[in-house]
This record gives sequence, structure tokens and C-alpha cells, in this order.
Amino acid sequence: MSKPTLAVHKFSSCDGCQLSILNLEDELLELVGAVEVAYFLEATSQIQPGPYDIAMVEGSVTTPHEAERIHKIRAESKILIAIGTCATAGGIQSLRNFTQADELADFTYDHPEYLDYLPTSTAISEHVPVDLEIWGCPLNKYQLLEAVVALLQGRRPNLPTHSVCLDCKRQGVVCVMVAEGIPCAGPATRTGCGALCPSNGRGCYGCFGPAPSADLDTLVPRLQALERYPGETVHLLRNFAGYAPKFRQAVDSILEEGAK
Amino acid sequence: MTKDIRIPALARVEGEGALYIRTKDGVVDDIELKIYEPPRFFEGFLLGRYYQEVPDITARICGICPVAYQMSGAQALERAYGVSISPEVRALRRLLYCAEYIESHSLHIYMLQAPDLLGQESVLGIAEIAPEAVKKALRLKKIGNELLRAIGGRSVHPVNTKVGGFYRWPDVENIKGLLDDMKWALQASIETVQFGATLDYPDFEMDYEFVAITRPDEYAIYDGDVLSSTGRRVSVEEFETAYLESHVPQSTALHSHTVDGNPYFVGPLARLNLNFDQLRPVAKKAAQDIGLELPLKNPYKSLIARAIELVEVCDVAIDLIEAYDPQGPAYAEVELAEGEGWGISEAPRGMLYHRYRVGADGLIRFAKITPPTAQNYPRMEADLWELAPQVISRPHAEASLACEHLIRSYDPCISCSTHFLKLEIRRD
Repeated sequence: MSKPTLAVHKFSSCDGCQLSILNLEDELLELVGAVEVAYFLEATSQIQPGPYDIAMVEGSVTTPHEAERIHKIRAESKILIAIGTCATAGGIQSLRNFTQADELADFTYDHPEYLDYLPTSTAISEHVPVDLEIWGCPLNKYQLLEAVVALLQGRRPNLPTHSVCLDCKRQGVVCVMVAEGIPCAGPATRTGCGALCPSNGRGCYGCFGPAPSADLDTLVPRLQALERYPGETVHLLRNFAGYAPKFRQAVDSILEEGAK
Repeated sequence: MTKDIRIPALARVEGEGALYIRTKDGVVDDIELKIYEPPRFFEGFLLGRYYQEVPDITARICGICPVAYQMSGAQALERAYGVSISPEVRALRRLLYCAEYIESHSLHIYMLQAPDLLGQESVLGIAEIAPEAVKKALRLKKIGNELLRAIGGRSVHPVNTKVGGFYRWPDVENIKGLLDDMKWALQASIETVQFGATLDYPDFEMDYEFVAITRPDEYAIYDGDVLSSTGRRVSVEEFETAYLESHVPQSTALHSHTVDGNPYFVGPLARLNLNFDQLRPVAKKAAQDIGLELPLKNPYKSLIARAIELVEVCDVAIDLIEAYDPQGPAYAEVELAEGEGWGISEAPRGMLYHRYRVGADGLIRFAKITPPTAQNYPRMEADLWELAPQVISRPHAEASLACEHLIRSYDPCISCSTHFLKLEIRRD
């Protein structure tokens, strides 16, 4: 049986999630022994035409060209995996969705008329069906490896969905919110980082996006009570995964409340 | 007769770009280095964010050199608020930067550029002909990533940097535990210089204006004045008076150039040529052992400069790890007031400049970021105008490779080039 082909595609992003594949130093040579790397521009100039068995897509859709290209990629991919918070929620560049992208362009460029962009930055799943989403900014490279191994073994990937909060408890990290009064998005944020920020003495900033079980109605008032500057809760939830529905709706509610 | 070189998707660069060279009657009459990396408007959406969010947000400009964004950004905001960092914080930031250099340079040398010099399409091809070299490269890269993880929590977008210092001192045991690995990395880096010297580089030299930061007492990476090979020396505050960005009509990008209108060259080659005297003895010796003569004016040989810098940063890292004994607070408190500040440091691929204006409420009022690849962009185009006529008569694949390899040797990080635009121009 021939090896399954793997393609890695880039959309609007920082390249950090693709780099996480190359950062699998101990596993990389075995990984490329188990699959055939058919398209991975950051790593190889060899390009094999599709269709591909496994396609990983990094980045969000921010230009008319990308909105077309994702359909072509979907059509030539058996399994499509959205990798990283750009691909699963629109990423940091989705901050444009809450303002006028034209104003951002005016500020950043002298001649914004040369630019070709969409007013929003959106997740891959808003454009085509996605078979698996791996969250994180950047993603956890071992979750990516687990997904590939599971596909090769013909089983469902084991990707936990509990919140960062539980990881702190398991690791014995003292709660930064309770002990130090630091606002932390950990109770509502999907696991995957290993509770990095709280174990570094700071609050989680939600870069793995909302956990499926996130209860923001309970968390938001608690965060607001601990704000160190006005609007901190809005900033905390409206950043790397700010366009993910749960975070977006929580901020919308805060802003509606404030406008009353 | 028309013969074109069309490389629709540049490989083994970070981000997305394309190259198009058109000839008419054997003469090159159009060159387009196209960037189709979409604009992400970082400077735009930094407005109104809280200053302490800047290191986390700007890290996301580039997944390969997030530390550079954190370092230039933190320094700019510390200047804006008049914060002095402690010597211990500066030392740990230098160590963090060493880690990023090890990760980024070993990636570029072995995985991105070496395949060109060894006639391979990727590092996987090298793994077949020289498996030991690839294992060495992967271990070297891993050591860089482990040091990033030990200091910053993770290697891509580390979380420990804040304006004023670090959120927390990393565990002494975790840092010291990397000492033996770092000693191995130093040896591996010296061998990388020797490996670099055995490669057969294309014959191509230009008279460049090199620009890098400089300090009298160390090989400048974290901070310093801005020095040009023309002798022009300015402080960070004066950077924008000497190096300008203009949005030229009929062009695909914001062009950085000197105040005299010249394109300039930033990155390892510039640093090595300008700051060789400040290299540590072991790095100087590695250069002398391969008979290196300066100035090095062949951009393809940036690989050798990167390898020498690997020796330098591994040696610096060994000292900093041995001396690591954090005392006192991990960060300085910030007192908010209106202000403006500048920061510049050397990302692995060249100078990275940030400027911010901030309010007494802690919010960002103005942001400007000049990434290294935007500065090198006009330089790469000028090189292509020189190179293309020399190679255009060669077989198509060979000519394409020569041009693509030239671009790759600059280690362009196209994702980080927030100023690149997508624009189709036909000068027919």
C-alpha cells in the first residue's frame, strides 16, 4: 500500500504552526517516513499535484483569492485539518472584523487602494467543511502528531477539550486569579498549552480559543471585578481567538451592557 | 525570442512570494518579486490596545522570530514610559535571543538554504545523502527550542516577556540543565562553519551598503546604535531620519532606503561585516580557521555568516547559563505617562524597528513597525536585476534556481513583512 500523501497549505498567518511541524525534531524523520510530503512549501520545493489524503491548512481567509483557493483545496483533499487558531477562529487578524478594515488599511499603508483584502478574517470552517480542528496560537505540536498518527491508524484522534483551569489543578499550579487577583481566561479556554501562562505567573490570554464547556456568563463578572485597567476583560477575550463565537458573544454582551 | 522565468510559489521561505522575470530578445526587461502574503494590519489594530499586550500581539507577526518582536517592542515601550530594566533582565533577554538565533539559524542553514547548495529539494534529500548532518541540525535546532521553552514556556510565541522584564524568573535548574547541551551545540556550530566552508557558492558579489546595530562591548543583537558600512552612525531615536520607507507608485512594496536613496542590506552578512571585531574569540577563530576574508559581499554566503553567528550565540549562551542566578524582581514596575519610544534589535534575519506613542491610560496611540524583510526588499530586487542577465542564457531550471536561491539566501520572512503589498504591474 502506498503511503498517504500530506499537503500543508498556508493562508493568512505567521507561519508558526507550520514551523511547529518542523519543530518535531525527534519525530520528524519518522513522520516523513510514514507519510509522503506532497506539498509543503515552507519545507520543500518539490510539489506534487493533488489530490491529497491529508491536507493541513494554516491561517485564516482574509483575501478574495484565499476565499477561492480554500474551495480548490477542499476539493482535492480527503481529510482537511484546520491547524491553529487562525484557521479555527480567524486569528489575531480577525480584530479587523470588529472595526472597519479600511480604516486599518489607511493607517498602515499610504496607498491602501493597492491592497486586495476582505473586510473580515474568518475560520476555514466558515468557507468549507473541515474534518478536524486543532486549536492553539501556536498549536501544540503533539496534538498535531496525534492527529496524523490517529489517521494512519484509522482511529479518532484523542484531543482533549477540557479547560486550562483543570490543567492548573492537575499540575499543582496555584490559581493566579484566586491567589493573586490576576484576571485569567483559563476557566473558559481550551486545554493544549499545558497551563503555560498561569505557570509563568500570569493570566491565560485565551490563545487556544474557548473550551466547548466554557461558561462565560459566570466568568465575565469575575474578570470584570479584577480588571487592572478599564476594559481589560474585553481585551483579554478579544484577541487571538476573539472571533470564536463564545468569546465574541461574551464581548458583545459586555459592550451592549456598557452602552446601556 | 522571449524567455521567461516564472516561479509562481517560492519554496523554503517563510510566507508566500513569487518571482517573475521577463526577457525580450535575450534582454531582461521586467523583474517582479511578488509578495502575495495578505496584509494583516498589525499597526492598525495595535491602536487602543494596552501597552502590556504588545509583546504578545506583535509576536504573532512572525512565528519564526517572535522573540525579536517581543524584544524590539518591549524596549520601545520601556523607553516610552522611562523604565530601566535590571542587568539581570537584560542578561536573560540576551539568552532568550540566543535561543531564537540557534533555532532560526539552524533551520535556515540546514533546512532552507543547504538544499540549494547540495542539489536537493528539501532537507529530506540531505537526510538521504548525509544523515548525520541532518541529525546534527535537528539536535541543534531542538536545543534552541528547549532553551526558548525553558525561558519563555514555549518555542513559538513564548509567554514570559513583558514590558519591564519577565513575568517570572525561569527555574534555575531548568536553565542550568541545558548547559551540557549548549556545550555540544557550540561544537556542532563550529562544525557547521566548517560545513559551510565546503559548499560551492554561486559567484556573485555586489557593493552593498550594510546596516546593523553595533555596540563597542559585544556583538550587538539585543540593542545598540545603527551603523552603516558608509560610516553613518545614528542612535535608535534617529533611525527614521536616516532610513526611510516610501510607498513608491509602480512598486509592489513599501521600499526602505537610506536618506541618500540607496537600498541597504540587513541581516547576518551585515552584522558580520560591521561587527566582526566584537565577536568572541571562539567565533573569530571559527572564521579564521576557514580562511574567511572580510568584507563578505556574496549574499549566498550569508550561510557562513549565520554559522559563525551560531558559534557566537552558543558561546554567549554558555556564559549566560553559567552566570544565571536571578536576584530581585523579574520586572520593573511601569509608571504610566504620555510618551514615545523607539526600540531596535537584530532579528535573525536583520534589524527590526518599533516605535510607539502611548497615553497615560496605558493605551497605544501610534505604532510603527519596520521588519527586516521590508528593508531588504529593494536590495533583493536590485540583486535580481544584476543577477538575471548573468544567468538568463543558462538552462531554464538552472537560471530559476539561481534566482530563487538568491532570494532564499536573504532568509526573507514574508509573513513578517507587514508592509508588502500585492500588486500586479505590467510594463509592456
